[in-house]
This record gives sequence, C-alpha cells and structure tokens, in this order.
Amino acid sequence: MTTQEWKFTAKDIAEKPDLFLAGHRACAGCGPATVLRLIMKATRGPTIVTEATGCMEVVSSIYPYTSWAVPWLHTAFETAASNASGIEAALKIMKKKGRISQEHVDVIAFAGDGGTFDIGFQALSGAVERGHDFLFVLYDNEAYMNTGIQRSGGTPHGAATTTSPAGTVIPGKLEYKKPIADIMVAHGMPYVATATPYYWKDLMTKVRKGLEVEGPAFLHVFAPCPRGWRSNPAKSIEYAKLAVESCVFPVWESVDGHCQLSTPSKLVALAPQKKKPVADYLQGQGRFRHMFKPKGKSVLDEVQRITDARWDCLLRKCGETSKTA
Amino acid sequence: MQTTIKQKMTALAGDQAVAYAVKQSDVDVVAAYPITPQTIIVEKFSEYVANGEVETEFVCVESEHSAMTASLAASATGARAFTATASAGLALMHEMLFVTSGCRAPVVMAVANRALSAPLNIHGDHSDSMAQRDSGWIQMYAENAQEAYDSIIQAFRIAENLDVLLPALVGLDGFTLSHTLENVETLPDETVKEFVGVRKFPNVLTHNGKTAPFRLDPANPMTMGPIALQNYYFEFKRQQEEAMKHAVNVIQQVNSEYAKISGRSYGNGLVEEYRLEDAEVAAVCLGSTAGTMKTVVDDLRQQGVKAGLLRLRTFRPLPVEAIRSALADVKAVAVMDKCMSFGGNGGPVFHEFRHLLYEAANHPYVVNYIYGLGGRDTSPAELRSIYETLQGILQAGRIETPIHYLGLRG
Repeated sequence: MTTQEWKFTAKDIAEKPDLFLAGHRACAGCGPATVLRLIMKATRGPTIVTEATGCMEVVSSIYPYTSWAVPWLHTAFETAASNASGIEAALKIMKKKGRISQEHVDVIAFAGDGGTFDIGFQALSGAVERGHDFLFVLYDNEAYMNTGIQRSGGTPHGAATTTSPAGTVIPGKLEYKKPIADIMVAHGMPYVATATPYYWKDLMTKVRKGLEVEGPAFLHVFAPCPRGWRSNPAKSIEYAKLAVESCVFPVWESVDGHCQLSTPSKLVALAPQKKKPVADYLQGQGRFRHMFKPKGKSVLDEVQRITDARWDCLLRKCGETSKTA
Repeated sequence: MQTTIKQKMTALAGDQAVAYAVKQSDVDVVAAYPITPQTIIVEKFSEYVANGEVETEFVCVESEHSAMTASLAASATGARAFTATASAGLALMHEMLFVTSGCRAPVVMAVANRALSAPLNIHGDHSDSMAQRDSGWIQMYAENAQEAYDSIIQAFRIAENLDVLLPALVGLDGFTLSHTLENVETLPDETVKEFVGVRKFPNVLTHNGKTAPFRLDPANPMTMGPIALQNYYFEFKRQQEEAMKHAVNVIQQVNSEYAKISGRSYGNGLVEEYRLEDAEVAAVCLGSTAGTMKTVVDDLRQQGVKAGLLRLRTFRPLPVEAIRSALADVKAVAVMDKCMSFGGNGGPVFHEFRHLLYEAANHPYVVNYIYGLGGRDTSPAELRSIYETLQGILQAGRIETPIHYLGLRG
C-alpha cells in the first residue's frame, strides 16, 4: 500500500492491531512509548525491529515478557544501525537463496538520543553510507534518561541534567544540540524527516514514506520525557506541540536532499506573528527552571537567539523567506 | 589415512586459505573491516564477490564493532555469518563478542593473531584472542595454513550444531601463517557445501505459544536479546556453559567426520599428542610453534631424550580430560604462552594447565615459558632449551624458576 492509499484516519488506526503492545513498563506520560506505538501502527507489512539499549528497550523486553508483536533484536547501546545492517543484508541474500517466505521485510531501528547523537553515531553514519534499506528512528528525549538523566549530544543548551546541573557557576548545559537531522541530510540519503507525536498523522505519514523509500531513511522524533524534563506527565503531548510552535523543534522533511517544511511548521512560516516565544515551551519544565530566575535571563535569551538562528537557517534551506528578524 | 575424494593442491597463504574455505562454505553474510594481518582474507573475499563467485552479501562495515554486530544480527536473522579480524580489531569487538555468544549466534570468525598496542606492533602473538577468553566463544588455533582452511570449514559445523549454538573463532598466527605460502589441499566445492550443509535452527517456544525456528522471522515474532534481570540472567549464563560442554564432544565428532572426507585430522580435534606415549618431559603450545617444536622433539628423541609435545588445538572449551590423559605419564611440563597476563603469575595457558594438573594423579612439575611476543622469532635452539630446563628440574627434584621468558633481551 502506498502513502497515497493509506489514509491514517483515526478509525483505520484504531482498527489496526498494536504491534507495540500494552503492558510495557514505561513511565506515565512517556513520550517515546507513544511515539513507538504510533510508529508501529504505521508499518506496512512484515517488519523486523531492532533497538538500541535505552529506555524503550528496557521497558519493553523484560524477560520473560515482551511488548513486541514483531520480531525484535537488541544487542547493545551503539548498535541499532549495525544491527539493521546485518538484518537487511541477511534478508537480501536469504530471499535470493529462497530461504525466507516473505516477498519483502521492512527493517526499523529505534534508538534514543544517546544511541544516535553520541555512541551510536558511527554505526549510523556507516550504515547510511552503505545504503542499507532501513528506517532509523531517533526517539529524542534529549538526555540519557535510562541511566538517570545525563546530558547527551541531543540535550539542548541550558538544560539541567545530572551531568550538566544548573549550578552557581555553570547554568546547565553549555553546549548546543547537535543538528542531527541536518547531518543526516548531508549524508546524501534519500529521506530525512523530523516529527512529533502531537502531529501524529504527520509522524505516521513520514514513517510510511521512510519505509517506502529505497535505501536508508532517518526520522528524528521529538519525544518528551516527564521524568527527565521534570515536567507534568499530563503535558507531554502539549510540549510536543509547543516545541513546534516555538520553532524549538520544527517539523520538516528532506526528499533526495530537497528540504521542505511540513504543514505545522509551514503555518508558522506563513504567519510569523504566531510564532511563540521559547519561554512558552520552556516554562513548566524543571530542567529549564533556572532560566526563569533573574540570573538565568541570559541563558533564556541565548536559547531564543539560537532557536531563531536555526529557524532562519531552516527557512532558507526550504526556500522560505525569513520573516523572523 | 586413505581419502576417497580427489583434492587440489594449491600454494596458499593462511589468509587465502581461510578466504577459500569461506567461499566454499555457503556463507550468507560476511561483514568485515580491514586490519593487518587479517586484511588478505577480506581482500580475497572481495574478489570472489566482485567476480560473482559467491552468493554472499559482503558488508564493508565502518569498524570491527559493527563487523561483529552486523554478523550477529545477520546470524540472528537466520544467515550463516562470517567475519575476520586481529589485534585492535578484536579488542574493539570485545563488547559484542559477549553479546554474540549470549544471543547464541553461531558466527564464525578468523583471527589472524597479532600483538596488542602499545607500543604498536603488527606481528604475531596471542594477546588478542587470549584477552577474549571469557567471552563465550569457542577458540581453536591452527598449526598451519592447511589447518586454518580445514578448521574454518569445521567451525561452521561445530558452531551451528544445535547442541552447541555458540560462536567460534579460529586463530592463525599473524604473518607466520597468515602471510606465508604453503601447499594446501582443498576439497571440491560440492564436498564442502555438503559437509557444512544448510543452517538448521532449534525449535523454540515463541510468546504466541507456537513452536518456531529460533530466528527473526515475521511469520513467528520472537524477542531476541532482551533484558533479563536477577531472576533469569544466571540461568542464561549457565546454559552457555552447558553448550560449551557439548562442544567438547561435537568438536571431536566433526574432526573425525572431516577426516573421512579429507584424510586429515588434528589429534582428537581438541589436543594433538606428539610422541607423548612414553615422554618424561613435554611442552605444551598453541598454533604454528608446534611445527618447529615437532622437529625439536624429533632431534631430542634421536639423542635419547624422552621428549614430547602437546599441541592445544582447542582452548575453549578447555579439554580438561583429554589434557590430563595426554599428560598422564609425563613428569615435567613446560607450558608456552605467546601472551602475558600482567601481574597474574604466569600466562593464561599456564594458568589453565597448572590448575587442571593439580588434580592429576601423576602430579607433574609445571613451568611457564612466555615467548614470541610481538612476533619475536623463536629458534629451535631456544625451544630445545625448554626441554633442557625440564630435564634439570627432574634431576634436581624441584623447580627453581617457575616462569621463564624465552628469547628476551638480557
């Protein structure tokens, strides 16, 4: 079934059986768990899933239980992409030799920000360079949550984590979030997209596109973590909306290197007056609490500045006129 | 031994012999990264791929870590997977070696044994694979290029045996074997293909309550590589140890089955005894050193010295009974290590032997010789001195120096 035929209506989705099953041990309000469930609802046929060590791996596979209704492999932290490489290579040759029954099997690799920006990056870059046909999904909760909220290359500037605490001298993480999706576009891969679970239809459509493309696809999904963000579990999906509206996490896709904004971010580009200040998104998250104290003003300003600069850069890449000055 | 199958004699370096064995073994996926002195294996295999001589997906990974991971994942999917490495490459794989054995993925790997840095050294010793001792891999060491060829073919049968299902590595000494041309007898393609067969899978209970082959198959979803905590982890590990015990028998069976088609066998597959029947003094070594050692033993025998050699072909699983029985009448044993265990009171092979001979009825004297590190040549004269030391121990009735360094600058 092609993307055009697939409607992703609420009814269709509700009727499709879950492949990421209930009963896993994720926290209340867990963004990644919602993301995984939506993504697995968007699969198109026989699928093998592989996953890096991390929150979702741990909560879904505690032996002798499993939340996976598809074949699933975990090996280590840095290996989501190299697992996918081996699985895809095996499927290809075994099909040629008539040793598997399926006409085609999709391969999806899930990794968190640690397993993607940091320790898993080399394997990811190598797998994409080799052109394996798989979808890599980064569920980005912006720190090493499973080990207790340590900063990663995906942690944004200013965020307090247990290894970048907001102290009296250093106000949270000093470094900036690695523009991972841009880096993946620079690999010359056929499909790269960003998404959040608030815009679930956009997310699911992108999953389907990523699976349909020949060769590697990369999907960067924003995944709020109430435990690590010190935020209200009831607000996770709201943060997934505010992040887009404030342009902290714009949604876009790059098809064969041609970049375009997806509708939610396109609407912000068309009506820049509606672009929300980053403070609207940051407020209420404990990890940014220090920014709202008098001494934190400069950090808050810097977050606004870098958000605007990156948004401008994205607008130029997408051929949109910058209206944020 | 009479062989019924006509074989071809070719001049091959050890690495080439390994690549040729892989070519003949109907391997589905090869994922590898270049490193001296293993590189010829991947180069040669790339040629087979480029010329359409193999039906194999060759994955040119970006590191050895990914080489091992991709091999493991391919194996979990149901493919027959092979990789090769050495030294730093094997060290980089270290983490994944445990995961591969823990996932019960029967990956086969050639290791062109080489020293570990620092200082950087590309030549042969056993530091690399000895450092993987406890990773749950079967470890076999070849004496020559012929054995490297034969052992790779055998390794697929051993690793994939349903009572074993463990990954297996075949060590061949860097440069001494990897890069040196020897006459190697190769079996016809069809014979090897038939010998290794098509990979089989054990039937396991899936979480759907069905019984299905143990591999990643969308028709029978299975969760592989889960998290298992205090309540189950220990049982997983105990099962791996049980599989190692099974491997002791399977290695012997495969060794004799292979002898029937090739006319070649390596002792009982676990240990090779050389003139040990009435030996009073014996050395123990792994790999290519055994070749030189055998001529030394012959010379000593001519001089009336009751010398013998035990070549340990299989280091993991450690063939405890076979070793005890081979050394049952020996009075003094020198165990040779091409590896250091810093601060460990001797090398790793020495540790094993002294510990398993502790309960041997003959209770022989056991000393350690550390030698050949970083590819340092070991001469027949130096090897002969080992036996002289053992004779001295017997005369004196005691061990003066338990740990010797052979050929070390004074």
